[in-house]
Amino acid sequence: MTPVITVRGLRKAYGALEAVGGIDLDVHQGEIVAVLGPNGAGKTTTVEILEGYRSRSAGEVLVLGVDPAQATRGWRSRIGVVLQACLIEPLLSVEESLRLYSGYYPAPRSVDDTIELVGLTEQRQQRAGKLSGGQQRRLDVALALIGDPELLFLDEPTTGFDPAARRAAWEMIDNLRRLGKTILLTTHYMDEAQALADRVVIVKAGQVVAEGPPDQLGARDQATTRIVFEMVGVPADQPTPAVMARAIPVGDHLELSTHNPVVDLAELCGWAVAAQVELRGLQVSRPSLEDVYLELTGAES
Amino acid sequence: MSISRLILHQFRYDQKLFWRQPESVFFTVALPLIFLFLFVSIFGNGTIDVGGHSIKGSTYYVPGIVTLAMVSATVLNLAITLTILREKGLLKRVRSTPLPPWIYMAGRIGTAAGVTALLVAVVTLLGRLVYGVSVPTTTLPALILTVLVGTASGCALGFALAAFIPSESAAPAVTNAVILPLYFFSGVFIPTDDIPAAMQTIGDIFPIKHLFEALLTAFDPLTTGAGFEWLDLSIIAAWGLAALAVAVRKFRWTPRAG
Repeated sequence: MTPVITVRGLRKAYGALEAVGGIDLDVHQGEIVAVLGPNGAGKTTTVEILEGYRSRSAGEVLVLGVDPAQATRGWRSRIGVVLQACLIEPLLSVEESLRLYSGYYPAPRSVDDTIELVGLTEQRQQRAGKLSGGQQRRLDVALALIGDPELLFLDEPTTGFDPAARRAAWEMIDNLRRLGKTILLTTHYMDEAQALADRVVIVKAGQVVAEGPPDQLGARDQATTRIVFEMVGVPADQPTPAVMARAIPVGDHLELSTHNPVVDLAELCGWAVAAQVELRGLQVSRPSLEDVYLELTGAES
Repeated sequence: MSISRLILHQFRYDQKLFWRQPESVFFTVALPLIFLFLFVSIFGNGTIDVGGHSIKGSTYYVPGIVTLAMVSATVLNLAITLTILREKGLLKRVRSTPLPPWIYMAGRIGTAAGVTALLVAVVTLLGRLVYGVSVPTTTLPALILTVLVGTASGCALGFALAAFIPSESAAPAVTNAVILPLYFFSGVFIPTDDIPAAMQTIGDIFPIKHLFEALLTAFDPLTTGAGFEWLDLSIIAAWGLAALAVAVRKFRWTPRAG
């Protein structure tokens, strides 16, 4: 796999405050990597160093083979940047904005295709100032894409969106995957990282605390499965199955932790059907990414 | 795109943006024309003493309003627009593209210069057609040079001033607080003879008065010779160069807040 971003021991200090305290990061071609962390974890500082906006205090950084501190025009034409705040000229239409920016790049994408890709075909002639928040963000992404970059930075692409706009933005980002773009996105939403990223890097207080595919993060794939239920109408003379011996009462329901959920469920359900016992509120769950995230970042909420 | 086409590309969109912004069109284009009408209507028929001789009020106010229009189109326009663009993150975004920063600035300066040239022409023409103020002939080269030096320095001052304005909401207040009193100290609104000496001295320090006086010489029908006010032009140019040095060191592309 070709490395697109390589970061080793990245540090950034503002006076006595260390915003980034030694981050290592690798992003390979075609990957979508999410940097997940609470506000103030150093996500934006890290990304802005990679984009060439900020200097670093220490460490090695290579983006597309170039140190962003020595960015050239050629390098800038190979990256696309969507910054955190919305930054579009409100007085230009969608099409005009894209034509203006397409002039900046040596080999831009077609304006028509890009408008279609981000789903703004109907708003083409509308001034950016009249678009909804979600639509402005799409235009923002379109402007970052117009130069046909190899690498795209998305800094909190859906912060402040309503659920429908977020869903639409996810679909759009998923479309970018099909174009083979490498994407580094930051977010503080667990579900967003899970829905979009091939790999998640969790940062806390300027350090990487966990890294991996969303479903394996924090050894989530090896964690026990929890089966929760409540038994209703158990006849007094009915023997309970062996698996019940491991169930622990929690409040008014029972909880069963297992590494073999299929076997245990089969036994439990088989017995319940035969004995005509109702398993009220039956739930089977694995620790969610949110559980892992909250545990790793130690958020008290 | 070649560099010259890229400059033209940027300039075209900057022009679009300028004319679509109601505030900039009002304050930069409409307001000087309203002032021209007001001042000439009120004081146009009297006479004003200028350097030992008298000229008609209308002849005095045409270069006055040209000064006002030039300062609006360059210093005020650039200082306010650049601050807003910086604080909204638009400059930061442009910086992430391969567009060379100087071309972006060239587009802005070109727009300011274009609007300046247009306003100088319109005010001069209205002065001639409506108020019978003669258009400079022998002093035309001096007028053109003054407009060029004034525009260049005004643009540099706009960039430098933007670097010191902390936020977009402060931009109109800060620029007007600096500029508005200077119009009064510089004889743009009220003839210098009627202004207290201390205010005149303050006016002498800043470039607006020198711009106005160089323009006044060019518009004054009693001016003998080519009308180049070299001392005034030097002072305006010195301000421009100092502003350029400040702008190069202090101008920033990223928002101050956050």
